[in-house]
Amino acid sequence: MGFLDINNVTKSYGSVEVLHKVDIQVQEGEFLVLVGPSGCGKSTLLNMIAGLEGITSGEIVIKDRVVNDVQPSKRNIAMVFQSYALYPNMTVGQNITFGLEMQGTPKAERDAAMADVAKLLQIEDLLKRKPGQLSGGQRQRVAMGRALVRDPDVFLFDEPLSNLDAKLRVDMRTEIKKLHQKLGTTIVYVTHDQIEAMTLSTRIAVMYNGYVQQLGTPKEIYDNPANLFVATFMGSPAMNVLPSKLVEMNGALHAQIQGADGQDVHLRIEDAPEAYRAFVGKDVVFGIRPEAITDPEGADRNARNIQALSNLVSVTEPAGADTFVSTTLSGKDCVARMRADADVHPGRPFEFAVNMDKAVLFDPKTENRIA
Amino acid sequence: MAATDPMLSGGADFRTRLQNWLPKIVLAPSLAVMVIFVYGFIAFTVYLSFTDSRMLPSYGFVGFENYSDLFQIRTWDTAVTNLAIFASLYIVICTIIGLMLAILLDQKIRGEGFLRPIFLYPMALSFIVTGTAWKWMLDPAIGLENTMHLWGWESFEFNWIKDGDMAIYTIVIAAVWQSSGFVMAMFLAGLRGIDNEILKAAQMDGASNFQLYRRIILPQLRPAFLSAFVILSHLAIKSYDLVIALTGGGPGNATALPATFMYSYTFTRNQMGIGASSAVIMLMTIAAIMVPYLYAELREKK
Amino acid sequence: MAMASSDNAVRSSNFTRALIYLVLILFALFYLLPFGIMLVNSLKPLEEITGGNMIALPQNWTIAPWLSAWSTAQIGVQPTGLRPYFINSIVMAVPAVAISTFVGALNGYVLTKWHFRGATWIFGLLLFSCFIPFQIVLIPMARILGILNISGTAYGLILVHVVYGIGFSTLYFRNYYAVFPTELVRAAQIDGAGFFQIFWRIMLPSSGPIIAVCCIWQFTNIWNDFLFGASFASGGSAPMTVALNNLVNSSTGVREYNVHFAGAIMAAGPTLLVYIVAGRYFVRGLMAGSVKG
Ligand SMILES: Nc1ncnc2c1ncn2[C@@H]1O[C@H](COP(=O)(O)OP(=O)(O)O)[C@@H](O)[C@H]1O
Ligand SMILES: [Mg+2]
Repeated sequence: MGFLDINNVTKSYGSVEVLHKVDIQVQEGEFLVLVGPSGCGKSTLLNMIAGLEGITSGEIVIKDRVVNDVQPSKRNIAMVFQSYALYPNMTVGQNITFGLEMQGTPKAERDAAMADVAKLLQIEDLLKRKPGQLSGGQRQRVAMGRALVRDPDVFLFDEPLSNLDAKLRVDMRTEIKKLHQKLGTTIVYVTHDQIEAMTLSTRIAVMYNGYVQQLGTPKEIYDNPANLFVATFMGSPAMNVLPSKLVEMNGALHAQIQGADGQDVHLRIEDAPEAYRAFVGKDVVFGIRPEAITDPEGADRNARNIQALSNLVSVTEPAGADTFVSTTLSGKDCVARMRADADVHPGRPFEFAVNMDKAVLFDPKTENRIA
Repeated sequence: MAATDPMLSGGADFRTRLQNWLPKIVLAPSLAVMVIFVYGFIAFTVYLSFTDSRMLPSYGFVGFENYSDLFQIRTWDTAVTNLAIFASLYIVICTIIGLMLAILLDQKIRGEGFLRPIFLYPMALSFIVTGTAWKWMLDPAIGLENTMHLWGWESFEFNWIKDGDMAIYTIVIAAVWQSSGFVMAMFLAGLRGIDNEILKAAQMDGASNFQLYRRIILPQLRPAFLSAFVILSHLAIKSYDLVIALTGGGPGNATALPATFMYSYTFTRNQMGIGASSAVIMLMTIAAIMVPYLYAELREKK
Repeated sequence: MAMASSDNAVRSSNFTRALIYLVLILFALFYLLPFGIMLVNSLKPLEEITGGNMIALPQNWTIAPWLSAWSTAQIGVQPTGLRPYFINSIVMAVPAVAISTFVGALNGYVLTKWHFRGATWIFGLLLFSCFIPFQIVLIPMARILGILNISGTAYGLILVHVVYGIGFSTLYFRNYYAVFPTELVRAAQIDGAGFFQIFWRIMLPSSGPIIAVCCIWQFTNIWNDFLFGASFASGGSAPMTVALNNLVNSSTGVREYNVHFAGAIMAAGPTLLVYIVAGRYFVRGLMAGSVKG
């Protein structure tokens, strides 16, 4: 049992079920990120934890108390909204202390709590202003202040950084992470941005179509995606997924893909899991992340199985630190990530180094990873 | 958008449950008032229209007799004809003037902020005030005709308000004066809502000003036309005050409208059954226009 | 509403522009004329109207017609002037406006932020009630006021105007609150605010513009109402519009046109004043109340 348990929770609007048997246990101090494309049900789930949406079936338990029928304000949670939802008619100070006022906390205590939070977030000189007079980043801080001041068991964040410009978003991301490390509070954080999910979380729940597709640490999710959706959703540029065939040659398993010239290319697989045996001779989907395809000099020194692959380069996109190189494999665009000074040129053949330690295979029918 | 699911299950404590019921409790009085005072009353009036009520409601059922009587009454005939004339002229003229003024005002006019309120202020006045002003302005003895005579145009004649055949048009004049500015405001809002880049693109395509309005702008004002039509027709059918103040329904019954007919049959002639049946016909006319319109608007919003 | 002058792509020649200004000015005169004539003639002695030109300025300026209209003119059978009726209208309009606006605000809040099944239906019924011809309710309303023993009183008219004003005020607030961010309500819920606390502390403080629109709309409608006043208020309890109509259409004695005009301006005064002070909101009210569903 965890600190916050979501036990087989479903949600229906009328006859439409938008969340299907979601089951997540969150430990105290964890930073859980719910990530997925728009409309997959992240906000709905968060709102159910907050008590803003009813629960169709299942249970939500916070600190061993079933809270299905407990009002939002009695669950000892705090929430930061995407639009910040600052009360426009109140000053920053009033915004922060409104919740305490509603709970009947005496004024002196409220002011003390407000001062602490303002100091923590460095918004002391904003307290007398109205939300309308603040910049996006300042509003964001105030919204966090309003959540912090209540000293909740669980923080809920619903896309809190989506309304900020790119630079500020990165700064605030770091700041949220620092805050979590400092306070150690349990956090459930919703975002559609997989980078935010990777950088912030201790665990990630990837959601799609109302299902939790995979629940795990960022590393597990990145290296061992449970299915094609998770594989392509997490990571940027996305994982290359190529139609392929699993063949046995010279006593070893090989992924057979097609080069740009139409010739078959075979990439040897070492230490193949037992599950691969069932797919020998069958179609599979070959998944490889861009950073696992490099120039020979740039290849990972710790990798055990690096295979050479010669193929025509179609496009190069220098991006400062890295250069992204496109090449056609099995009829699809395949992206490789190289050092900026790699000697690649569009229209010419190139010797790619493929780190097969990082390769994964998927069943094309179920789309699940073969493992 | 739902802020909460109102129905938490039975396990919730009393305060929580009360909070969940509060929205409905708060809405209930309005709902009750509406059900009684609007829909209940409509039902009652419909019922009365099938009874032999005269000075007071009475409950002898007479079937459709009131309706068949109604259509035999000359004044009702006049009232319906008048309404047809009045409503069509009122709607068409208001729309033309309103659209024209809106288009003209939209030509980057200096002093727009000064002209717009002048066009619009009659809407703030009571129809009784409007009626009083126009009653004496159109009066041959002291008004327009007299003024023209004093200015030396001896043969000028304008006595529509005293002329049974023409009096209904004086009501059109006063009503147009009162409402056309409002229609202007509706069209102006519509014009201002049109994306300017579309207009620029059309000009690049070589459209003349006339073509621009005819082909690009007017079609985009469709919602404004529709709203103007619905509002004006609904105002026309309800028209009562203006007739009372301007002509009192006269000369004779020459400017009677269904609204004045209903009032006089119900309250001065003690023919409540017939009065009720005329009110039902008014309601059905308005419903025939409003219900599809409101239905479409509400559906769109969802 | 986008009333601010926009960058219009349509261009025209100088001659057309002159023509445009001419037409606009002529129409401005058309709209101003009736009120100007009322004003000018309310300041003339009667002989100058009956014997002279309606458009001419007064030769002998006088405020006697105004004094007469206000305090001595014959209304019905009493020579009371319009003053008591003016007061009747205020006593009727102010509470009716306040109550219907407040109820509308609550209804709009419930319908948008506490949505439940059937809310759209309820709103549709309320909306339709805005547009019924009031003739359809006159007979039963007269009975009910009689039964409640408030016919011919200010209470009776207040009740009538509140009842038939709720539809529009609900419409205004619903449309306004529909675009009011629901996240604010959610944040307040998490902060522990209840149904009424959210209404008072979060919704109402941000509702200034729509309160203005709604009050103006209700006040204009209620002040200008004639049908209900004529039907349910008799004699001394009549509102201003009914009294003005009695003054103008009384068949006895000489027709004192100048007094009629003065009276008409008095009846127009309050709504006109509201229009001048808050015209911006007035326009918005007209548009919203009639265009949007
Ligand atoms: N009140 C509602 N009624 C019906 N369907 C809803 C409602 N709220 C959300 N949904 C549906 O539930 C799904 C999940 O929505 P949401 O949780 O907001 O997604 P997101 O992951 O983008 O936050 C969406 O398909 C949405 O259309
Ligand atoms: Mg969302």
